[in-house]
Amino acid sequence: MFPLKDLKRSLLVSLWFALLTFPLMVIQVDPIERVVNWRWHNMFFVAMGSFVISVVSKVFFAQKEQQLARKRDAGDEVSETLFQRVLHEPRALFLLSMASLVFALAFPFLFSTYQTNVMTTALMYVVLGLGLNIVVGLAGLLDLGYVAFYAVGAYSYALLNHHFGLGFWTVLPVGGLMAAFFGILLGFPVLRLRGDYLAIVTLGFGEIIRLILENWNDFSMGPSGIANIARPGLFGLDLNLNMAILYLYYLMIALLMITVFVVNRLQDSRLGRAWVALREDEIACQAMGIDKTRTKLVAFALGAFWAGIIGVVFAAKTTFVNPASFTFLESAIILSIVVLGGMGSIVGVIFAALILILLPEYLRFLSEYRMLVFGAILVLMMVFRPEGLISNRRRIYQFKKKG
Amino acid sequence: MMSETILQVTGLTMDFGGIRALDTLDFEVRAGEILALIGPNGAGKTTLFNCVTGIYTPSGGDILLYQPGVRARTRLNGLKPNHVAEKGVARTFQNIRLFSKMTVLENVMVGRHCRTKAFILGAVFRDRKTRAEEQAIVEQSYALLKEVGLAAQVNELAGNLSYGAQRRLEIARALATEPFLLLLDEPAAGMNPQETIRLVQLIGKIRDQGHAILLIEHDMKLVMTLSDRIVVMDYGRKIAEGAPEEVRSNKEVIRAYLGEEG
Repeated sequence: MFPLKDLKRSLLVSLWFALLTFPLMVIQVDPIERVVNWRWHNMFFVAMGSFVISVVSKVFFAQKEQQLARKRDAGDEVSETLFQRVLHEPRALFLLSMASLVFALAFPFLFSTYQTNVMTTALMYVVLGLGLNIVVGLAGLLDLGYVAFYAVGAYSYALLNHHFGLGFWTVLPVGGLMAAFFGILLGFPVLRLRGDYLAIVTLGFGEIIRLILENWNDFSMGPSGIANIARPGLFGLDLNLNMAILYLYYLMIALLMITVFVVNRLQDSRLGRAWVALREDEIACQAMGIDKTRTKLVAFALGAFWAGIIGVVFAAKTTFVNPASFTFLESAIILSIVVLGGMGSIVGVIFAALILILLPEYLRFLSEYRMLVFGAILVLMMVFRPEGLISNRRRIYQFKKKG
Repeated sequence: MMSETILQVTGLTMDFGGIRALDTLDFEVRAGEILALIGPNGAGKTTLFNCVTGIYTPSGGDILLYQPGVRARTRLNGLKPNHVAEKGVARTFQNIRLFSKMTVLENVMVGRHCRTKAFILGAVFRDRKTRAEEQAIVEQSYALLKEVGLAAQVNELAGNLSYGAQRRLEIARALATEPFLLLLDEPAAGMNPQETIRLVQLIGKIRDQGHAILLIEHDMKLVMTLSDRIVVMDYGRKIAEGAPEEVRSNKEVIRAYLGEEG
């Protein structure tokens, strides 16, 4: 039943794994006794474990392949998952979003303040992901320096609050607009670039912003950052810490809803179509009368705008900013959210952000293996859903047959 | 009676490094005609299309466009592709360039871009004007798809269409920009005989609606039946011009196609 060839390959895989994990799993140096413990039994476990996993996965994939082939023979279309079908049923989608909204609103009362705080962070990444989704997912411009705009927003609030005492609500739009301005600033020189080249330049841009913040002491107070930033105000009320966390949480929920609404409408508009067309084929897009320059700059500016807004929220939430919060790793995480969620898919981005931000939090019980498991989950997700969690499906139009 | 000129190309030259792809080319397209551009591979036909539609900036010469209802002529040299499209010149591509991950309908809707206005605020707030515009885009695009015979596949992804259907979709998308001059780059390439017959009917219909057509094609039967005039190119030069019968018997043309002895 199970081909011998596959069995051999699984055996090879297990040997390879045993060899790879040898230094980690077998050798243990005891510095006090000055001896090396050779834990050979571990090698056996690793080999057995990887062998079983390999065989099981091979059987699983073979079955899946057979199913697909059978369906193709039967002439059926390759079916979508139940979840995907639910998403494309308007009423089901509505119910699902209502249910999640109710859950989101009740969340702070069901869980601890700590959990609420973590959730707020996750929501911030959802919005960041949705913002970057405009640039990467829709317009197809690979931006590796997205965190720069996040930093612009955060420092806008930090500096304006520090020097002029401006409040959160005043700076929220200012931070967004500042970031959008920087988005256009970055957009101009990279108009001609695509793909890898664009990625490199945006990566450089992100680093430039961070290095400026780190080294221009007179302007940004360097690596020591800016502390004592005011939390968002609520009609001049004095909020204690718990209340402030709650307030920020609901504020993020509102912001997320606005973002989803706006991005959804943009996606399904003349501008959204122009972005996707630009992603698909730049030359054909221009030949159809689309102004490439304008369309790209708008994508950069709008994407940056959301990052700026969230930057302001970030500064208000932590009440402290320094350049260490805006490293390339942040850009990479936000980009992973977009890719993992499925380019251009709003629901996908929301799920991916929640998974990517919450998972490391809830894996804390695994202590030092936390990041290892996290990495494994990421790899598995990309193996099983290479198009992202939820692939973007185009809008369907209905026409009545006339005549 | 000769109808008026709508596109006039004079002394058009295009150099790529040391290679002269177009060499002082002169010709004109008249209103409502089908002008075929033929010549061996590498004669510079597609280069000419790219110069006219703004993808290349010519090294020399003039491309002048006479828009209907506009008295001043427009020089197309060095204009950006999107501005050329706005002036009423649309094209298809030899190697099909559809937006393959968009639906058939959306492809045509993108073509309406340069004739519509909605922008960020319109998209977000969806005021009455934007909604009406959007509705019109959908209806016009659907009408165009019916015309090219793709009404049944509106919601299909463009990349999943058959080769012939993709070519027709490219024509529909180009028509969506409301051109008065349509440039077709080998529309029949890769089509089977039935598809070609339908294509001939379609191109004839488009001409009858008043669009002038500049056509690159290797299918001689199609060229001879459809075109009003033919321009023959070889090594970037025009070697012959005239009605199909004249061109068919032209010695230069026979030599270019069949070699010296022919």
